[in-house]
Amino acid sequence: MLAEIVISAFLVIGGIFGLVGSYGLLKLRDCMQRLHAPTKASTVGVGSVLIASMLYFLLVKGQVSFHEVMITLFLFLTAPITAHFMAQVHVRLREREDDLPETDRDFGWSIYEDPPVYGDGD
Amino acid sequence: MVKRIFPHPLLSLTLVIVWIVLVNKVTLGNLLLGGFLGIAVPILTSAYWPGRPRLKRPWRTLDYVAVVVWDIIVANVEVAVIVLFKPNAKIRSHWVTIPLDLTSPEAITVLAGTITLTPGTLTALLSADGGSLLVHCLHTDDPEEIRDTIKSRYERRLMEIFQ
Repeated sequence: MLAEIVISAFLVIGGIFGLVGSYGLLKLRDCMQRLHAPTKASTVGVGSVLIASMLYFLLVKGQVSFHEVMITLFLFLTAPITAHFMAQVHVRLREREDDLPETDRDFGWSIYEDPPVYGDGD
Repeated sequence: MVKRIFPHPLLSLTLVIVWIVLVNKVTLGNLLLGGFLGIAVPILTSAYWPGRPRLKRPWRTLDYVAVVVWDIIVANVEVAVIVLFKPNAKIRSHWVTIPLDLTSPEAITVLAGTITLTPGTLTALLSADGGSLLVHCLHTDDPEEIRDTIKSRYERRLMEIFQ
């Protein structure tokens, strides 16, 4: 009984964050702001659904399941990379170099400048 | 010789564990297959990953993971509040440049991933020499504070782990 309440609570929390993430996708104004929404839904939103799933198998079915840990791991590895790629495409298509802040280095941002070559020649 | 067979020992170990966990059953066959993958994958991919990252203080990763998970939860609530209750006109997004003290590519990758995973901030670009990151903040009144938090909270800990 108590187990079911806890599992349901995690499911509801996950659902709420998923909903807020999707709402943010609709509501926010530009591409960069909208990119924030999926990274959010995929952390706490998916995270609590996975915790609920683990608890269900542990407390109700009586077996230990590690698949959820793997899903979390894969999500944490892939979500930032997807977001990073989308941000790069957005910057390339929609932003001008002058609108971005300086790098505070001798070289500009990587999509405008080639990386310096070290150890070449001498 | 050992280096030829195990170009990335930690990756090999991780692959074996991931394989066992994916099939969810520990049997000799699974261990052998996992072992085969653990040896084959690092060799096949070593051309794309020539260096060998050094973990100076691997036990510190636990501390780091705990801090990041906690921050993800707190920041999620903060961002949810911004999305739900702040009118669009009042959301002030900023670009922030984070100068890096980290030099190892693996450490910079982890930092960039952490910044993206913690809601409210998103890594967009790396400078051409790998010396700074361009981060987008969803809403902040003080971009400098974001920069200082990232440097003191995440980068300092990664420095301890990697360098």
